[in-house]
Amino acid sequence: MANAAEFLQEDLTDGGQILRLSGSFTIALIGDVDGRLRALSANVQKIDLSAVEHMDTVGAWLVHRTAKESGAKIVGAGKDASRLLQAVSGADQTDIPPRPHPPSFERFLAEVGHSVIISFTTLLQFLGFVGQVVKASFILAMNPGRFRWHAVVQHFDMVGVRALGIIGLMSFLIGIVIAQQGAVQLRQFGAEVFTINLIGRLTFRELGILMTAIMVAGRSGSAFAAQIGTMKITEEIDAMRTIGVVPAEALVVPRVIAAVMMMPLLGVYASLMAIIGGGILCWVVLEIPPATFVQRLREVTPMTDFWIGMIKAPVFGAIIAMAGCFQGMQVHGNAEQVGLKTTAAVVQAIFLVIVLDAFFAIFFSEIGWN
Amino acid sequence: MDQPNIISVQGLCNSFGEQVIHQDLNLEVRRGEILGVVGGSGTGKSVLMRSIIGLQEPVAGKIRVFDEGMIRKEEDEATDVRRRWGVLFQGGALFSTLTVAENVQVPLREFYPDFSKALLDEIAHYKIYLSGLPADAAHKFPSELSGGMRKRAGLARALAIDPELLFLDEPTAGLDPIGAANFDNLTRDLKETLGLTVFLITHDLDTLYAICDRVAVIADKKVIAVGAIEELLAIDHPWINEYFGGPRGRAARRGHDRHNNPQPQLHQPGRS
Ligand SMILES: Nc1ncnc2c1ncn2[C@@H]1O[C@H](COP(=O)(O)OP(=O)(O)OP(=O)(O)O)[C@@H](O)[C@H]1O
Ligand SMILES: [Mg+2]
Repeated sequence: MANAAEFLQEDLTDGGQILRLSGSFTIALIGDVDGRLRALSANVQKIDLSAVEHMDTVGAWLVHRTAKESGAKIVGAGKDASRLLQAVSGADQTDIPPRPHPPSFERFLAEVGHSVIISFTTLLQFLGFVGQVVKASFILAMNPGRFRWHAVVQHFDMVGVRALGIIGLMSFLIGIVIAQQGAVQLRQFGAEVFTINLIGRLTFRELGILMTAIMVAGRSGSAFAAQIGTMKITEEIDAMRTIGVVPAEALVVPRVIAAVMMMPLLGVYASLMAIIGGGILCWVVLEIPPATFVQRLREVTPMTDFWIGMIKAPVFGAIIAMAGCFQGMQVHGNAEQVGLKTTAAVVQAIFLVIVLDAFFAIFFSEIGWN
Repeated sequence: MDQPNIISVQGLCNSFGEQVIHQDLNLEVRRGEILGVVGGSGTGKSVLMRSIIGLQEPVAGKIRVFDEGMIRKEEDEATDVRRRWGVLFQGGALFSTLTVAENVQVPLREFYPDFSKALLDEIAHYKIYLSGLPADAAHKFPSELSGGMRKRAGLARALAIDPELLFLDEPTAGLDPIGAANFDNLTRDLKETLGLTVFLITHDLDTLYAICDRVAVIADKKVIAVGAIEELLAIDHPWINEYFGGPRGRAARRGHDRHNNPQPQLHQPGRS
């Protein structure tokens, strides 16, 4: 086994000191020698390498640095050691400029300003992006031959079919929760039967669609952002452009169409599952038999509730898909960006969906669809 | 400790589903040599390297590196071997969220956690210099580098822990000819001063002639020949003949001969 790196200080006759190095000056055996060499304050005139067994570039660097800082002469270097010293000494000619590090207050202001600018440019870019997608859709409508049916069908599968299980389960449970809470509260007034109104109106009009939208944003909006973002990093999107494929046509439009078409279907399905869940609870807890439940449901739920849901669903689908694709397109540089933009896509989509839902709620009651 | 072979591969078989990549492949890499590995695209050079460094579980065969079996090792068992080698992947495989200097420091921090921040910075500095990158590249992110610069940054990271064994997957692909020649010199210098062993996958005939002690040829799912280039030239195999006898092979050979036996009488200055 090789010996660890070591050094001794000896006084020279003409004043100053000589460092006698011994052992292996290699990365694995350097130990604390680096710290000790740094702390050296003596007037070193010479560094003697003749007792050094092995040396690698790290050892050579330490010797070189010590020699440079103290102005010492290196003696007793073998052929290999001299070559290594020669090699690492070249690094002196280049200087790595230190990273700029402004004071924290300045950095804070800069960051605030930066975020404001980013928010505005992102807003503008998003509008531009929506414009691009609309334009691409028109172009595709004019040339149906260029339309990528295959991709759309694939996204139907990803956005719609594969989401059935989780959305169904979630809606079913939400139906149960609404029914249960409704039953408990309404029982205080002896009005348990109105639980059915609650379930029917709430699911079709609001919750069925909203919960589906949140689920689709989490499942598919994030997937869109991550897929497109990764393609951005690997230069696939640049490659597409050079081949003459328009990314908005090839990537964005199929995803938007898939989301727009799947959202209403998923919304209806989710509402039905919620009603089944609520119905089962009513049957078990309130002892309302299914036939009565369905009959009452049909009496109290106006058709407009269904239409409201069906009008909102495709809009939400479009927003989710556009936010996902837009954020994916915003990715620049590294893997971390993909994560950040995917998160942004989901947050943005859910936020926009809820804001729009509030608008829709006011709008529909203003036009008298109560 | 002083076994002559640093890497030994015996009876290696690799396949992806139906596709068989290696069948009964044998290869030995000796201590202190630069072994060039050549073969057509898709013959399984990168897969061979991945098997040796334990990233690809082979179907059958024995692989020993530094006299340690590499197959079916747990992640944490191989650290002693891993700190003795450096790997440059074909695609660079830099950590995209770290700057070049930080990339170089990752293996150092991992294997030598006691090193001070100042020493880490200094080591990163001279490694970046050695790999031929300009100093201002140190604080750049991989996405801000050119393709050739990424290669060099990958090399700087592979060399970070002063390994005894270096795996290089097409290091000179994408470098300008001057850079490629510098790279060859650097590899040879490191080998001679540090006693490095190098497993070098390359398509670059000039590199083969310039620095490789031996060359292994992969074809027909095996290593069909290993030896110095002169020995390989004597072998009658269609791929070898075409590879070294083709226009590029001949040009590289002429370049190499001219470099080694200059014939000044042909172009004496001041004669014409
Ligand atoms: N992860 C993988 N899954 C399936 N097949 C693979 C995988 N990696 C490699 N292959 C196949 O293995 C074969 C060998 O690939 P490898 O990357 O080793 O080629 P190579 O010799 O390094 O070629 P090149 O000189 O182009 O780099 C190829 O046919 C490739 O298709
Ligand atoms: Mg390869």
